[in-house]
Parts: sequence; C-alpha cells; structure tokens
Amino acid sequence: MSTLILPDPDRAVMARRNDIVRQLKRLVPGATLISDPEGCRTFESDALTAYRVLPLAVVLPENTEEVSAILRFCHDNHIKVVPRGAGTSLAGGALPLEDAIVLCLSRMSKVLEVDASNRVARVQAGTTNLAVTQAAAGKGFFYAPDPSSQIACTVGGNIATNSGGAHCLKYGVTVNNLLGVRMVMMDGEIIDIGGAYLDAPGYDFLPLITGSEGQLGVVTEATVRLLARPEGARPMVLGFESTENAASCVAAIIAAGIVPVAIEFMDRPAIHVCEHFVAAGYPLDAEAALIVEVEGSEDEIEYLLEKVEDIAADFLPSSVRRSQSAEESALIWKGRKAAFGAIGQLSDYVCMDGVIPLSKLPKALDEIGWICRKYRFDVANIFHAGDGNLHPLILYNSNDSVHLERVEMCGAEILKLCVELGGCLTGEHGVGIEKRELMYEQYSDDDIDQQVRIKEEFDPSWLLNPGKVFPIEGRDAQKMRRLELPDLGPAIEPEGEIGDEIEVEIESEVVEGYDAP
Amino acid sequence: MTGHMRLGFHAPETEEELKHLVDEAIDTRTPLEVMGKGTKREIGHPVGAGAVVSTEAMVGISLYEPTELVMVAKTGTPLAEIEAKLAENEQELPFEPVDLGPILGYGPSEGTIGGIIATNISGSRRLLKGAARDHVLGVRAVNGRGQIIKAGGRVMKNVTGYDLGRTLAGSWGTLAVMTEISLKVLPAQRESRTIVCFGLTDQTAIEALCIAMGTPFEVSGTLHAHADLAARFYDAEIADAEAPVTAIRVENFPASARYRVARLRQALLAYSPALELDHERSKKFWNEVRALKMFQDKPNPLWRVSTTPRNATKLIHNLSRKIDVRPAYDWSGGLIWIETPPLTDGGAVDIRRTLAELGGHATLIRADKVTRAGIDVFQPLELPHANLSAKLKHAFDPLGIFNPGRMYQGM
Repeated sequence: MSTLILPDPDRAVMARRNDIVRQLKRLVPGATLISDPEGCRTFESDALTAYRVLPLAVVLPENTEEVSAILRFCHDNHIKVVPRGAGTSLAGGALPLEDAIVLCLSRMSKVLEVDASNRVARVQAGTTNLAVTQAAAGKGFFYAPDPSSQIACTVGGNIATNSGGAHCLKYGVTVNNLLGVRMVMMDGEIIDIGGAYLDAPGYDFLPLITGSEGQLGVVTEATVRLLARPEGARPMVLGFESTENAASCVAAIIAAGIVPVAIEFMDRPAIHVCEHFVAAGYPLDAEAALIVEVEGSEDEIEYLLEKVEDIAADFLPSSVRRSQSAEESALIWKGRKAAFGAIGQLSDYVCMDGVIPLSKLPKALDEIGWICRKYRFDVANIFHAGDGNLHPLILYNSNDSVHLERVEMCGAEILKLCVELGGCLTGEHGVGIEKRELMYEQYSDDDIDQQVRIKEEFDPSWLLNPGKVFPIEGRDAQKMRRLELPDLGPAIEPEGEIGDEIEVEIESEVVEGYDAP
Repeated sequence: MTGHMRLGFHAPETEEELKHLVDEAIDTRTPLEVMGKGTKREIGHPVGAGAVVSTEAMVGISLYEPTELVMVAKTGTPLAEIEAKLAENEQELPFEPVDLGPILGYGPSEGTIGGIIATNISGSRRLLKGAARDHVLGVRAVNGRGQIIKAGGRVMKNVTGYDLGRTLAGSWGTLAVMTEISLKVLPAQRESRTIVCFGLTDQTAIEALCIAMGTPFEVSGTLHAHADLAARFYDAEIADAEAPVTAIRVENFPASARYRVARLRQALLAYSPALELDHERSKKFWNEVRALKMFQDKPNPLWRVSTTPRNATKLIHNLSRKIDVRPAYDWSGGLIWIETPPLTDGGAVDIRRTLAELGGHATLIRADKVTRAGIDVFQPLELPHANLSAKLKHAFDPLGIFNPGRMYQGM
C-alpha cells in the first residue's frame, strides 16, 4: 500500500474506545453496534479496496432520531464520524479513520412513501437506488439516476457523490432529481430542506449538500422526483474504425437536435473484454463502439434510430446493429453494465472518473493511451460519451505495492490531463481520498478557501468525514504536482495469462508490464 | 471605517475591477446593492445601500460549443443575446426562464443571464427539464471577502468539491457577485403543440394535468388559469372563451409531437379537450405564459407560490374564503401565481397561514415599496433553516456587503 496521509488520529479518543462503545450502546440501544475487530473489518474499506483502516466502531442506526443522538454524542466528545451507505465509493469517500465511528445507514432502507399524484418518493437514505425505481414501477414511474452499482448503492451515497449513470444525458444526475432531504447536522440538529416541491424557499441547500461527500451533514431521508416511464426504449450498437469517428458521430447526433437517453462509448479492449464475458454481439473488429439508446413509441424509436443511423453513415461505421427485441436490448446493456465485473475478473483495476469537453475526446483517449503505456499499464475505456465522463480502467496488481504507487501516479496524470483539456477531476465518483491532493490542479487557493469556509460553518470541528475532498497538507500538497515518474527499469515481460485466457487481440494494446493475477 | 467609497452606480467592466470595488466596499464597510440590469430590483426588501454594483458592463459569450451543449457567458450578457445566439443553432435554454420584466414595468427580455440565474426563476418547462439552477455547470464570482472564486466548470458532470455554482443560483445576489456562468443548453424543440380544455374547475383541471404528467409523453407545459386571466391571452379562441383555460403542451420532433398529442387527447377524453394549438399558436401562447401576460395589466400584488399539486386547489379554495384571489396554476399545480387585491400586506398573512396548514412557500414578486418593506417578501424560514442560511451567508459574505436584508433581515 502506498502511503496515504490521513488526519492524525486523536489518541485520547482511541484510548477511550471501550468507554465510547459502552456509552453508544446505552445511548442508542435500538441501533446495531459493531465493535469487535472481525466485525469492523467488513467496514475497513469501501470499493477503493487498496486502502483499509479499522474504525473505532461501527454503528447502524434505524432512524433519524438515533442518528441525531449519535452525532450529538460524537460532537460533544470530539469523536470523528465517517458516514457510509453501501460502501460502493470508488474514491475512498467512506474510508474509515482509526479514531472515528463509522455511521452506516444501510439499515435505514425503507421506502416511506410513493406519492403518484405529486410524482415523488420519500425514502430513507439507506434505500438502494434500484429499490426506489422498483417501488415506483407499479405506478408507472421510475427514479432516473442509475449508477452501475444501483443494485447495491444507496440513495444517501448517491446524494453524497451526486451520482449519475448511463441515462443521465437525458434525465440529469442526482442533484437534478432530488427535491428534499432530512439531514442531521454534526451537533445533532435535525433539519428539513426542500420537500415535495419543485423549488425550495430561501437559499437552495440541495446542490450544496449533493456531492458534499458526507462532510456537511448526514442525510437520513430524501424526497426524490419520479418520472413517468417511457413507452419503450431500444439501443443500437455502432462500430467504428477509429475513436475519432466514434467521437465525431456523438457530436453530430447532438448537433442534429437528438439527445438520446444514453450514448455509451467502448474502446477496443473494453469491447473485447465485455464481449468475452457476456457475448452481447459487440463488434470485435471495431476500434470503438457506441451504444446509443433512444426512447418512445415503436414508431418514434424506429424514426430516431433511423436518423442516428443516417448521421452515423457520415463517419463510416464498420457495423450498425439495431436491437430487434427486448432480449437483445437487455443483452446489449448487460455487456455494458458487466464491464467492470468482467475486467475485475481479469485483474485488479482502478476506475478513473475524469470529465472532458466532448470535442477533446479523441485527443484525450490518445493521451490516456500514451500515459498508460508510459507507466506500463493496460487500460480499457468505457464511459458515458454524451457527457464526456471518462472511465479509463487501469489494470494493475494490487498485491504489488510498487504497482499501486505507480497506478496512482498514472491515474493522477490522466486526471491532470482532463483538467488541462478543460474538464474536471471527477464526474460522479467524488474526490474522496483518491483525488484529494489533485484539487489544486483544478482550483486556486481562493476557490478551495471558499469551500473550506462552508465546511467550517457547517462542522467547525471537522468531525464529519474529515481527511476527504480537501488537500490535507495544504500547500505541501502542491509539491505532489512536481512528482516525477521514477525510473521503472526495464519493462517487465508479460506473463501472458490475460492474453491466453481470453482470445482477444488486445495484447498489442494492453502491452507489457502486466502481472497475471 | 477606513475611508469613503464613491456612492452611486458602478458598472465594472472586468472581474478585476469588480474585485477592487468589492475590496473598497469591504475597507469602507459600504453595503452594495447587486444587480444586472435591475429589472428585478423591485423584488425583495428594498436594499438600503448607498452604492450599486451592476454586472451590465461585463458582457459577452465567452464560449459556445453547440455539440457539447454548453455555453459560457459573462453575467451581464442580455438574455436576449443569449437566446438569439442559441437560436442560430436551433438550441435553447431548457428551463424557459420566466420574463418578469413586463409585469414589473420593464420591456420584454431586458434582463441579463446573471439575473436569471441569481433568481433561479424557471418557467413552465421546469417540470420536465429542470430548473435554471439545474443547468448551471459552473460559475466565476467575487465573494464578500473580495476573493475571485470559481466553482464547477464547463463540463456536464462535475463533483469536484462542493457545488457552489448551483448554490449561488437563487441567492439573489446576497452571497457573491457572479461574473461568468457556464450553462447546459439543449436542442430547441422542433415542434410545439398544445391541447386546450375549457371550463374545468380547478380541481378537475389539476387532476387532468396530473394525469397528463403521468403519461410517457413528456408533457412540457401544464397551465390552468381562471376565465378573467385567460381573457388576457392573445389567442382569440382562448381569450373569447369566457371560461377557465387548461393547457397541456408537448414538444418534440414534428411526427412525435403529433403522435403524442393524439395519445394525450385520448387519455384526457373525459376532460373534453376542445382545441389543439399548432406550432405557431402554441409557441405564442407559451411565450405569453412565460412573460406572465395574464398579470400584466394590473399593478396588484403578485405572489409566486410553490406547493404540491395535490394541495394546490385546496390552497386556493381556503384562501378564497379570506381574500379575493386570481390564480394561474403552472407545473401541474406545483406552482401557483396568485394576484391579490391591493391590501396593505398584499395578502401575506392569509397566504402564509394557508401555506402553514397545507405546505409550501410563497414569494411576493410584485408589490409597492411600502408593502415590501413591511412584510416578509421571501418565505420566512424555520429556525434551523434560518440558522443554516446565516451560516452560508457568513461563509461567503461575512461582513454583509452584498444586498443586505434583501432576502432576510440581518442577512
């Protein structure tokens, strides 16, 4: 594991661990309390598994009042708190601290109300993303944000990172679909913000809370907007001989006034890995593929797909395939949604989340390829093309500490590239611990200062999820910008298993330096 | 106080000039009234500042990438210029901002893009496409410490640090002076069509609008107005009907719009859809809604009330027992524009009492200075919410330089 700087643990708090656990037990007898090391180990990391820290204890409350009691107690006793949903953060947003309580909301998973006439649902923050849509489906509605982890991830976690998903090109991200929250401040005060209304009185705190990574308060309930389900939806898969052509096709579709519900991009390695895993019928001869999905009635779908096909013709697609059935559509999406899992079976990977202006897409992919080659990593690109949110998956070996350090430097370089191209560090995963020290790439001292001042107004003692989002070392963090690529020595020969295991033509792309798992 | 600031009107041309002006205001503890063109200056408590700072000289579209659906503009850029530029590429602002100019005594489309975002005043399409603030991708601003700050950027998705851009939307110039805004734009809807029903009661009308919203046809406008307000529209068939009007809009590619309207008419048969407005008439009608044509001819107090569709008619029913109100329901009942008689409180007490029972909030959009000075123009907040608001204000503008008291006393 590479060194990760976390706030200095409060030794006095750690020394009082048993006492704290006892008091918490008395305070919230209804909540589940986990304090044994084995139990806590389940919570020692989130989906950024390279980092693990055992917390003081884990508490799983059942309701807002318990959350309030726990936070007030922690506030009064100067104990740090790390809020957590399902722990699917890819950026370490829910990484525990040694001297912190993990406040896990997964037991607060009730759908409180599906209100069809006002087209809203009120849910507890631990409700999974998918459960909201499932609860509303019977009434013909759905909840729009659909991150890949939607089976597991919670609405509270979605709010913390302003999650998007494949369909946010048309329907927006979490902040666009959230109408109200019940939130507990670090001192235990319960605040209701917004509600079943399309706008809020006074200052609009919802955008501030959404994406604040659990640093301003703990959201315990959310009121979300429900949308009427479209009559139908159907994807098509387009293969291209170059990433430039695929990227230009995306721009042309949008220029024609069409905003498909989703435009997903896969590069050659991603196509091959996914196809091998799911046999979705992706074009194996293509350098890049787009999954374009449109919605409406059968006739509308036909009309739009026809139009997309016409537009694509200018970019010489190597293959065009319209889904002919619901089964085929499901398979096309299954391949895309299984991408992370498929790649995960081959290797450890880190999933980056930078965003670039769409017009810079070919350049960005080109440069990402170069950067990864420089660091001797394989990379697969699979992402939401309509909004420029890149997800390069860098394959590496997590058991090798040198690898881990190098993959982080490689990732950092990719994110710097995104900022240089006019984009940003993270589109939907959050800053967490992963990109904390890169914040100065995007922001000036004054920009960060303004954000920090808000944090300090909401949580003056920095007890709520500290050590995340902001560069921890202040100005020293800027030194990280000048880190040079260490001498890697001669290239490591590939041990070849990845290539042998799946018969794909990515060896030449995904190059050397790969340690087989 | 460490000196004197020149009072009166300032219109800095650059962000740097603005920064120096704010620095001067900080040094001299001079409150600043912040505005664009000032077309919404008469909303809120009168700001008793000696100096006015306007963004009207910071103008221009700095970046427009139609294929990326993004436009970046200086905040003083007139809305009309922004919309004209977008129209050249068959694009538009999806949130269809309400033009408050005409009801407040100004010409149409005189305001600035900064003013639209600072007031987060979204139009009828809000219920399908989101609010003004939803389309803010990033901002540059000068805060109350004289720091030039930026947040967000020019890309569609961004969770890099706190979302200060959308937070500044709807803050009425009380937190920071925005200098540049990045916006998400969308292709313009190629065809607009509207179904009109006449003579529905409020309750039946809202029911019909909610049914329409529950269909998969992406209804983008839902309005119900009483007969005397309907009479003020240009379209003769609507104006002369002498009946309440209920309008449902669909926008899409022409074939889709026609198909969807036909399906909607079937779904709403029980409500006797009597009229279908074609593209031109539909555009004209909703442009009038956007400029609040129904409230242009009288100077009476005008309220903007947010509530739930389910409670909307009850709210008006209960309120009507106390005062004589003229309502127009938008957002399928989620937004109600209410004209009240020229009472000394503009109807504030009764409206807020009714809202306390039924839920929702009200902002007084039009009233004379005396009325505004005497009541809460913005919805009074619950104490925890008010405390949090004071903290947010303090984080941006600790000395209370910008628009003091405009939204809330002491803030």
